[in-house]
Amino acid sequence: MRYSALSILGQALSGNRGWKPVWREPQPKPHYDVIIVGGGGHGLSTAYYLAKEFGIKNIAVLEKGYIGSGNVGRNTTIVRSNYLLEGNIPFYEFSLKLWEGLEADLNYNAMVSQRGVMMLAHSDGQRDAFARRGNAMRMHGVDAELLDREDLQKMMPYLNYDHARFPIKAGLLQKRGGTARHDAVAWGYARGADSHGVDIIQHCEVTAIRRDEKGGVTGVETSKGFIGCNKLALATAGHSSETARMADLRLPIETHVLQAFVSEGIKPVIDNVIVYGGGHFYISQSDKGGLVFGADIDYYSSYAQRGNLAIVESTMEEGVSLIPGLSRLRVLRSWGGVMDMSMDGSPIIDRTPIENLYLNAGWCYGGFKATPASGFCFAHLIAKNEPHHVARALRLDRFERGYAVDEAGKGPQPNIH
Amino acid sequence: MASLITCPHCGRRPKEEFSIRGDAVPERPEAAASEEAWHAYVYLRENPRGAIREYWHHVAGCRRWLVVERDNLTHEVFAVTDAREAATGDAA
Repeated sequence: MRYSALSILGQALSGNRGWKPVWREPQPKPHYDVIIVGGGGHGLSTAYYLAKEFGIKNIAVLEKGYIGSGNVGRNTTIVRSNYLLEGNIPFYEFSLKLWEGLEADLNYNAMVSQRGVMMLAHSDGQRDAFARRGNAMRMHGVDAELLDREDLQKMMPYLNYDHARFPIKAGLLQKRGGTARHDAVAWGYARGADSHGVDIIQHCEVTAIRRDEKGGVTGVETSKGFIGCNKLALATAGHSSETARMADLRLPIETHVLQAFVSEGIKPVIDNVIVYGGGHFYISQSDKGGLVFGADIDYYSSYAQRGNLAIVESTMEEGVSLIPGLSRLRVLRSWGGVMDMSMDGSPIIDRTPIENLYLNAGWCYGGFKATPASGFCFAHLIAKNEPHHVARALRLDRFERGYAVDEAGKGPQPNIH
Repeated sequence: MASLITCPHCGRRPKEEFSIRGDAVPERPEAAASEEAWHAYVYLRENPRGAIREYWHHVAGCRRWLVVERDNLTHEVFAVTDAREAATGDAA
């Protein structure tokens, strides 16, 4: 069913009894051209673009839980392309452009809201670094504006401008950045992929990867039996090391838990995304009115989708030091998602040394905003066996070749990226 | 995560006193070892789901490096050893 104002009106007049499930629940076929492991945002968008843009029809997405149960439903929904490095900016800008056309493309309301992403600078050095970043963005055709303290005070009078340690000096604004409704992104891509014939198979856990005598991948053992494939694509960020281990691969990744929080709903107060430069705090307001925010990972390796109280405390402290009024709000919920923290803070979209095995991993904190471009570039790689030109830097072998994409300049230390 | 870590020198201490270096399994190769060996040491990780060994530094305590053996899914801590003892078998 194609959604339109007319279809909504028609449903309203007939008591909303005519809505149908938007994707099928097929049994797995014995063989597919491409199997994608992981029914999160990236796996689903990969399937969608493979079918729609690259003409591959016989595709399955295998998801061990249900669609949207992983990180695509556990993030803080921010979309932006305000990166610094050559290897990153074109990729994330491609993603932002896909976000801008996503709802028309999918015929699905993903609630993409270009409300602006503001990064705050708290020292002269940080302001200079943001000027450099803004210039790098503009040289790649991405919008960026450096605002001074007076501009910021007019826009966001509730911030603590005269904090003793982290006074606010300037802000780098990307107006085209913003937020999107995370669950709707998963559902929209699932619906789109299904409508192009992709089999989305939920509650189907991959337990082993089968390979022929030459080492090439021929299929996967799953909780629903063996399924053969010509090409196998892993999109299981958070658990990439575990899935890659089934093919005897070791990855430059550690798994860490990142927490996020939402406050009680209040009237509109924060109309953009704010990123605190004195710490790692970021906040926006959802359409329901809750303030959605997060900060650092928990620093130790964790596969548990829950975090520790010390990070809860430090997140709240960062928030209150930036927005003193936050102290009057109650937190409603918090949750954790497990991240592939890569050795340079950047993701991997690449072939692997194993024939027919493709890898999409290492998304660190930044997977959600990359969902459309990640899927598009991964689909390009799988279909054509060569990288999409905006994802050329995101190779698996970049560490041994000396071409790490270290946006934060922190070195091979996954717990501080 | 368990909130308390039993330091072999200081006893049970809150984990906020510690700083975490990361995986304690990779062994530093010889200086002249191959590039592959160095790449594996610096970048590649087993990253298992379950029992792991990590280097922790008791920065707000005895300042000794420790090896913490724990489960990264259940957060159970199995053992905490001084890193020197873990490496050489000698008590620090």
